[in-house]
Amino acid sequence: MKEDIRIGVFVCHCGTNIGGFVDVPSVVEYSRTLPGVIYATGNLYTCAEDGLASIRDAIKEHHLNRVIVASCTPRTHAPLFQGVCEEAGLNKYLFTFVNIREHCSWVHMKEGPKATEKAKDLVRMGVARAQLLEPKEEARIDVEPKALVIGGGISGMVAATSIANHGFPVYLVEKEADFGGFVRNLNNLYLGGKDATEMLKPIVDQVTSNKNIIKCLKSKVAGVDGFIGNYQVALDVDGKEVKDKVGVIVLATGADEYVPEGLFGYDLYENVVTLTEFEILCKRKTLPKISSIAFIQCVGSRGHVKSYCSRICCNVAIKNALNIAENYQNILGKDERGAVVEKVGVDMKAPEEIAERRRRRRGRRDREGGEEEAEAPAPSEGIEIAIFNRDIMSYGLEHELNYNKAREKHVRFVRYSPANPPKVYTENGKLVVDYWHDTLKLQRKMNVDMIVLSTPLVSPPSAPGISKLLKVPLGQDGFFLEAHVKLRPVDFATDGIFVCGTAKGPADITECVFQAQAAASRAAIPLARGYVQAEALTAIVDADICTGCGTCIEVCPYGALRKNMDGVAEVIVAACKGCGCCGATCPEGAIDLSHYTDSQLLAEAKAALQEAIQ
Amino acid sequence: MERSVLVVGSGVAGIQASLDLADKGVIVHLVEKDPSIGGRMAQLDKTFPTNDCSICILAPKMADCYGHPNINVLTYSELIGLDGHKGRFKAKVLKKARYVDESKCTGCGECLVKCPTKGIPSEFEMGLSTRRAIYMPFLQAVPRVATIDREHCKHLTEGKCGVCKKVCKREAIDYEMKDAVLEFEVGAVIVATGFDVWNPMVASEYGYGRFPNVFIAMEYERIINAAGPTSGHIRRRSDGGEPRTIAFIQCVGSRNVQLNHPYCCSVCCMHSTKEAMLAKEHKDDVKTTIFYKDMRACAKGFYEYVVRAQRDYNVEYVNSDATVQEETEDHNPVVSFDVGGRSVRKEFDMVVLATSLVPRATNAQLSKVLGVQLDEFGFIKSKDRIFSPVETNVPGIYVAGYCGGPADIPESVAQGSAAAAKAAETLVEARVFA
Repeated sequence: MKEDIRIGVFVCHCGTNIGGFVDVPSVVEYSRTLPGVIYATGNLYTCAEDGLASIRDAIKEHHLNRVIVASCTPRTHAPLFQGVCEEAGLNKYLFTFVNIREHCSWVHMKEGPKATEKAKDLVRMGVARAQLLEPKEEARIDVEPKALVIGGGISGMVAATSIANHGFPVYLVEKEADFGGFVRNLNNLYLGGKDATEMLKPIVDQVTSNKNIIKCLKSKVAGVDGFIGNYQVALDVDGKEVKDKVGVIVLATGADEYVPEGLFGYDLYENVVTLTEFEILCKRKTLPKISSIAFIQCVGSRGHVKSYCSRICCNVAIKNALNIAENYQNILGKDERGAVVEKVGVDMKAPEEIAERRRRRRGRRDREGGEEEAEAPAPSEGIEIAIFNRDIMSYGLEHELNYNKAREKHVRFVRYSPANPPKVYTENGKLVVDYWHDTLKLQRKMNVDMIVLSTPLVSPPSAPGISKLLKVPLGQDGFFLEAHVKLRPVDFATDGIFVCGTAKGPADITECVFQAQAAASRAAIPLARGYVQAEALTAIVDADICTGCGTCIEVCPYGALRKNMDGVAEVIVAACKGCGCCGATCPEGAIDLSHYTDSQLLAEAKAALQEAIQ
Repeated sequence: MERSVLVVGSGVAGIQASLDLADKGVIVHLVEKDPSIGGRMAQLDKTFPTNDCSICILAPKMADCYGHPNINVLTYSELIGLDGHKGRFKAKVLKKARYVDESKCTGCGECLVKCPTKGIPSEFEMGLSTRRAIYMPFLQAVPRVATIDREHCKHLTEGKCGVCKKVCKREAIDYEMKDAVLEFEVGAVIVATGFDVWNPMVASEYGYGRFPNVFIAMEYERIINAAGPTSGHIRRRSDGGEPRTIAFIQCVGSRNVQLNHPYCCSVCCMHSTKEAMLAKEHKDDVKTTIFYKDMRACAKGFYEYVVRAQRDYNVEYVNSDATVQEETEDHNPVVSFDVGGRSVRKEFDMVVLATSLVPRATNAQLSKVLGVQLDEFGFIKSKDRIFSPVETNVPGIYVAGYCGGPADIPESVAQGSAAAAKAAETLVEARVFA
């Protein structure tokens, strides 16, 4: 049975914004001639209370079952007019917005009569579309009030604590036997301050003492299925399988340090170490005596191996340089009897196979008659420290103050160009940094006891697997890619999954902390509401036509499609945003978008071209 | 979750904090001193490193904020008092009379074109264009409501005129409106008041104020904006001509110990890179040069952005301090800089200064009202810079965005959310332990 279509059209003057350029009464008059239009009127301001009342009254008086407002932008005003329709008992999806201000009067201010004709065209299109609209219901989907945080480093711990303090149970999954992550490698955070592990202790304690946090050490996520509010997760907790349902997931899987194989003598010389290895030497009190040290920045970053700048290395190098300048005796390695450690063991951080490769290369060098490295002489009163850099990234407040302090302490900052980087070799048994001094226009040499290579943070090898498991994207740099770099820094495009810390790119500890709190805030929203309002405007699969090719599953940015038991595509309504990517790519034409169906859009297009056809 | 939170400042950090809390069911009172929400981000033309139109991505958030049933937006208002403690504060807010009834005004703009009192420098346009005594600060202002500037209105100052009242068909003009003090009980407070732009007239070596074609970056952002004072055409102040060479000078007033701005503002290398790229997009034959100390392109996609500026936009980067000590007869500023230890002077058609973004001058007053400590530069001090970046010394009062120290847009957004998390935790705790 075909419904009797009764359309009401409300054309807004918007003061002079529309009325000054478009002949509103003639648009109203024209509207009355269109099929299905029962009622049409003009309003000075449709959005003012009297304008709204005119809609409400007309719906009742004329038994309207479709309402069209021709005025401004849906972005600001659609909810208002939809609300009025609902008050009068009309489903809000039977409302149509026609924009004759931004799309017409404002852009055609100098073309009065033509603007009026265009306004008529736009209204005619709206009427054609309104004929085919159907009422829609917005499904509410319950949210399991529980969260999963993957990664027990600083970011994961802070995120889990905050969600727990919002009042919700959280699984905190860490692959290692202790919480703490990368920070446990570091010597200290504040200058001359406490050990990083000690600094970390209050954060770890907050986790261990929190009753809302379910601590899963030596654990990993084995499987994830579902969508926002309803994720079925399978955890491997120290060999035991745990299955549960969670509403949201926060990803805080961190980053690794790039291992500079083949760069600046890293494989060849014992005293060439990475920044993190240097921190470990200091932390374990195994730093040998040195009288001079060079840091080389941007090893493997900024277009060298990786395209990006790793953000933190300049500041970490400066921190360590200051530590040497101010606090050398405290970081110097000593054995049980208090004697200064003479030998370096640097392979503790490097994975075993790299350590092995280094040993082999060193062996080769020895066979070729390479020089023996001489014992480091005892430090004189001052240690010579140089930082070879391309730009010093001491952004913000603290970092820049540290940079100034380092210069006051006579740490030398030597700029190099990527076209002419310093060279590292040994001469007379001593490490040498051979570099071009751009101000003096001279090739210079610096004898050093140790070289620290500042290498970038890189996405860990586990990232692609996690990306696949959670169906969230990685960027070109290998790190997880947030929904929007500016305005959605801790969201994924997929609702219900969030990201923080170095999993999404290099960040210092402060940044990891506020990102983790931000991710917790975002994740707590659906948990606190207890439900998610699914979009009424979703994709619809015609199962009879679908061949199960899977193209739609690949293009969906929200992970909202899957194959069902019959091998055909199925829309996960809670995850679908109604973007239409799947509909546009489906080779069989099996996917339509509700409220923007092909037939509705074609009707609009036909109406637009009507005059031309006639 | 019950009870409410006060958010001071409605830039992108304050908006994000408000939306996060409101979406959790918390009632938010959002206090903004200006007639519109949006803050600094609303003034920017594009955002790095994606060159997204700034207001285009912000405006939907502003609309969401104003339309949110849980957010009480108080524009043209200031926080004047706060008593109590975490979980139970009493806030006093001064709502300044805007002489326009917000509930009646539809923002049609009739009064804005009829008001005879013209020529008042527009704050939003950095004084590069003028407004009238009744005004909306910018096209996308939220709320879309007019405001009468009581300093300049002929009716309010001299009892004359009354044109706006005559032309307003909505009868929204109310000359009798009085300032009002509103009181709210809130469980937590979030401070997100942003930054001031340092005025480089103090430092004569940059020529700002002396030479007409020296601009500050915030002025330039308005000049390249299609809705700005020159409709998006880059024009010189002296003759309205379009520049063919533009120099950008970095660290003007920042990384400067003498001025007590030893910090790096974190955003200028990138905004200058963006501004140089946009100059080329506006007019292909423009040649741009950036004088910098260190090119701080150190977040996601930033270094790649600088590489693109050099490769695709022919932006020249010169690693040198630079000053503008003189101009030519044609008002072309002359930039002095060093190349390989040799000093060089070069004429440009226009100079844009990346001036220091400094703590709000009003922070001292705000710190008295709230009891929060400032650091030695005037930023609101974190309880612990490493582990508690959004907490202040006062339990229950949190900080987000640039007012706590240099931050770019994504950091401000993340801190807005982070402060919202801490505020929500406070409310949960207060209810459990009250």
